[in-house]
Amino acid sequence: MSQIHVTTTVNGDEVEFLCDPRETMLDVLRDRLGLTGAKEGCGTGDCGACSVTLDGRLVCSCLMLGAEAEGREIGTVEGIATDEDLHPLQKKFIEYAALQCGICTPGILVATKNLLEKNPDPTETEVRYWLAGNLCRCTGYDKIIRAVMDTAAEMRGAS
Amino acid sequence: MRYHTPENFEDASAIAAGADGVTRFLAGGTDVLVQLRSDMVTPDDLIDIKHIAGVHDITPLRDGSWRIGAAVTGAEMSENALLGQAWPGVVEAMDLIGSTQVQGRATLAGNLCNGSPAADSVPAMIAAGATVSVIGPDGSREIAVADVPTGPGKTALKKGEVVTAVNLPPRGHGGGDAYLRFIPRTEMDIAVVGCAVSLTRDGDTITAARVSLGAVAPTALLVEDAAKALIGSALDDAALEALAKAAEAACKPIDDKRGTIRFRTHVAGVLAKRAARIAYDRAGGAK
Amino acid sequence: MAFDETKTEGFKVVGTRPNRPDGIDKVTGRARFGADATAPGMLHGVIVRSPHAHARILKIDTSEAEAMKGVHAVVTRADFATGLTGENWNILENVMAGETALYDGHAVVAIAATSSLAARDAAKAIVVDYEVLPHVTDVDKAMAEGAPVIREGAADKSVPAGLHPNVVRYHESGHGDVETGFAEADLVIEDSFRTEATHQGYIEPHACLAQLGNDGRGEIWCCTQGHWNVQKVCAALLGIETSKLRVTASEIGGGFGGKTAVFIEPVALALSLKANRPVKIVMTRSECFRATGPTSSTSMDVKIGMKKDGTITAAKGVFRLQGGAFPGAPMEFTAMCAFAPYNLANVSQIGFDVMSNRPKQAAYRAPGSPMAAFAVESVIDELCEQLGLDRIETRLKNASKEGTKASFGPTWDRIGLVECLEAAKAHPHYTAPLKPGQGRGISCGFWFNHGGETAVQMALSEDGTVQLSVGTPDIGGSRASMAQMAAEELGIPYENVRTTIADTATLGYNEISHGSRVTYASGLATIEAARDTIRKLCKRAAAKWGIDEEAVSWVDGCAVPSGPNAGDFDPLPIARIAKSMGRTGGPIVGHYEATPEGAGVSFATHIVDAEVDPETGSTRVVRYTVVQDAGKAIHPTYVEGQYQGGAAQGIGWALNEEYIYGADGRLQNAGFLDYRIPVASDLPMIDTVIVEVPNPGHPYGVRGVGETSICPPLAAIANAVSAAAGVRLHELPMSPPRILAALEKQAAG
Repeated sequence: MSQIHVTTTVNGDEVEFLCDPRETMLDVLRDRLGLTGAKEGCGTGDCGACSVTLDGRLVCSCLMLGAEAEGREIGTVEGIATDEDLHPLQKKFIEYAALQCGICTPGILVATKNLLEKNPDPTETEVRYWLAGNLCRCTGYDKIIRAVMDTAAEMRGAS
Repeated sequence: MRYHTPENFEDASAIAAGADGVTRFLAGGTDVLVQLRSDMVTPDDLIDIKHIAGVHDITPLRDGSWRIGAAVTGAEMSENALLGQAWPGVVEAMDLIGSTQVQGRATLAGNLCNGSPAADSVPAMIAAGATVSVIGPDGSREIAVADVPTGPGKTALKKGEVVTAVNLPPRGHGGGDAYLRFIPRTEMDIAVVGCAVSLTRDGDTITAARVSLGAVAPTALLVEDAAKALIGSALDDAALEALAKAAEAACKPIDDKRGTIRFRTHVAGVLAKRAARIAYDRAGGAK
Repeated sequence: MAFDETKTEGFKVVGTRPNRPDGIDKVTGRARFGADATAPGMLHGVIVRSPHAHARILKIDTSEAEAMKGVHAVVTRADFATGLTGENWNILENVMAGETALYDGHAVVAIAATSSLAARDAAKAIVVDYEVLPHVTDVDKAMAEGAPVIREGAADKSVPAGLHPNVVRYHESGHGDVETGFAEADLVIEDSFRTEATHQGYIEPHACLAQLGNDGRGEIWCCTQGHWNVQKVCAALLGIETSKLRVTASEIGGGFGGKTAVFIEPVALALSLKANRPVKIVMTRSECFRATGPTSSTSMDVKIGMKKDGTITAAKGVFRLQGGAFPGAPMEFTAMCAFAPYNLANVSQIGFDVMSNRPKQAAYRAPGSPMAAFAVESVIDELCEQLGLDRIETRLKNASKEGTKASFGPTWDRIGLVECLEAAKAHPHYTAPLKPGQGRGISCGFWFNHGGETAVQMALSEDGTVQLSVGTPDIGGSRASMAQMAAEELGIPYENVRTTIADTATLGYNEISHGSRVTYASGLATIEAARDTIRKLCKRAAAKWGIDEEAVSWVDGCAVPSGPNAGDFDPLPIARIAKSMGRTGGPIVGHYEATPEGAGVSFATHIVDAEVDPETGSTRVVRYTVVQDAGKAIHPTYVEGQYQGGAAQGIGWALNEEYIYGADGRLQNAGFLDYRIPVASDLPMIDTVIVEVPNPGHPYGVRGVGETSICPPLAAIANAVSAAAGVRLHELPMSPPRILAALEKQAAG
């Protein structure tokens, strides 16, 4: 089966890869680009563990073909921290114990970073609905929501 | 599987028309990729329409109608304030589909062409009187959304035909629409029942109405009797009861993992009343 | 194991809330989970599974698949060890079907190819001929006369004569005379209850990377709650010596009991042996639902007698648990937990382990206990309702305490149920006003907790920092709590301890991380290993000072003379001793190996407010409070997290989660779309109260906290729904169609 050549940008770096037309963006990230931060929890868009941004828009990378990445910009959990420092969300997630096992954490961080970029002052309800597609089985969401709300407040204070 | 990225709809249509095996058009991919991953459908030819000019545009036309490109996502619709003012029911129906992530990809056209009886946006489009523009081997045509689904997973589109845009009519003065669905959780479920109401008011009196139900029959239904129950009334209790009865009477649901016949039928009436109240308030100028 | 000196105060590190050591790995995507590993030359394995609930396997034709490009190995049951008996045979039969496929999703054949797409394509080309057999998936139907027999001769000697062959184990316990007790009651209520099977719903599917050469030496990387168990089971199933396998536990993306069992690792090993290349297998979500171990479904009868003043005079329960196509449903736990919260003169409990054509059940967070609490606490609520009694006062009146003879035999040591009930009563939630349409429910819950085989090693580095190796995978922050206990005992900063989850070649056997045992048992072992390290450090100081070892004490990270008579020496810090250890006797390593048996039991009381939409039967949990005894909270934030997580899973179980089987015996909802676990917008904040009644069996008083939190929610929510909507649900989940039907039935009189 012939492979497709794709040039795209991942976390600001231009990358090229070959992929089978059936491979998802998640497959490509994990198996071809070595970026295993995005996880496959379901493969059907129900769990959000594979969340990435596509041209700044939050999507499930399992519901996108690798071939569709041509010319686009992908953002993954690996791109959230700067070279030296964690993003405020990452720090708060650790501080609040907003993760137990940590498998959903990459997707939730990508999703909440995207939320705060669009809405720096979300209500608790807005955060909960924004994250409805990011399943967490460990925490009951309580500490996640608190960490996001506190990060938002801190980032508003800092800006 | 062959992956195609045609630059115009004529080419897209020609690829589909000339294909031998299973063909799928790819817009948001939120159904196609699930089917692919689950080994339910592996297309021989997958035709990505997102490279075609205009497919991402939401266009208000001079007569007050709207043209929504086939690849416009739910998120893009929700972010369009004017569209939300004109057709809040259609926008909220689309917005209810899946997660924030799914909203970043899913489209009205895809929701329709997937052919699910439980598709949220379809009753809203039917109630709104929406049509779709289609290009096929025999040229272009416009089809009422109500006429597109023909059964679970089946549509009236012919081989090689592709939806290019969804058209919403002018909302006009005194109009309002609403969509409600019942799901067991607050998000992420497929509708157990869906109900859309679109109506026009002259003062307190309803002068026109369309009521559509989803997930209670093999296709979304346009329920004429339910509309009749509303027209001429000021949404008094008697009208609401008549509406609920008409909605229940129209249901031909099944028992399945998502709900029972009895439950769906009952809730169809409940949602019809609730949606009618919202649409009525919106038509009266409420936000 | 009792500790003469259970430390209860004066902690410096224990009880604080430091950042977890693996935090940065887990927020940056760097942490390596089961599916994140690769190896040179790696193949991808795919398992072909039965589409039938019960079918004889007539023929497996792999010829077309094996001819396909990229395919390197195919294995069937013939590629595994023969002559196994007991549980090893059960596991093998579950891992790869023999003559008969016993449930929808049962593994039948596996294939390895150069990519996962190639393997999936090849799997589709495998043709299996089946003779479909009659099936049964319902617990009551599986016990009934005429039900298809899953396997003749599967029952053990505990089963009384005359029962269906699908009843494979039987349990009976209690004391007193229940009939006399019921005769003394002013009100006796007897009711029947049913709960559906639920799944642990961990977000990370099972994944492993395995390599096995024809010299019988192998390596496995996998997400598991117990890698020594993986090692032992895989060795048995492949017919090789245990020590020839080395198993490394990856980071684990949730388990909740579901990753205590072995499913794919032996298959990957068998494929690897055939292909002579490493093989990775990652389950799909659908496979997780169809072919791992959900919890049991149940059918239960509970009868309780109560006096007008609230005294329970007698209690009786019959618990029938369906555990899939193999023995092992935790019916004895259900029976033993059912009445554990209460001091009863007359109590009787009976359990049945019933096989059916479903996947072999596995542990799920306090296996068997939540269902028992659902039935028992519903009946108690109904008794309180009809007798006009306060829910908490009545439970307090009957509560088990130190010295009470437990419903299943032992006499309770120090326990914290009364303290939990008192804390619940005092919590503002219990008396907060409710809005129209809302109702409040409470429930108690109980779990045994467990100790188990444990080995820990503590190696000192030359700079005085410490490398702690434990054998229990870190599912929710245990690296932090281990480091806290080590730092507390050694008197050094938390940051100076690095906790590593060691592989099977590094430590002695560590039992699976189950039974809420990690903070208790690995914690105890860590403290003891630290004490062993301290003894060795003191010995070095004694040698340096030329005094007796007994004359040296350890204070705040330093060796000091025990008293004025010991001599006058400056304190010798750990770093100084460590720096010279090569010259003073060699490396300093403390360790501890034992099977601690003092895991203190734990109780909880939950308060929940629910709101029911009477037109649709939809229920929303609007407020939730967990009160639970932790013994001692080492890292209170992670203890709260366990309380909240258990409550959230219980909410899902109560309202929406269930295995739905079709008439064909196939699972209808093998995905997160229709197996509906709670999403963020479904839940309120979950308030927590940590009660600390020290466990005398742990040096710091720790009790396990992970499991008890899922025991009360099912009943608490059922009681809240009853209060909100005036209808009592006897079947879980309390889905909208069920609640609406109950409301309609009530309206019809």
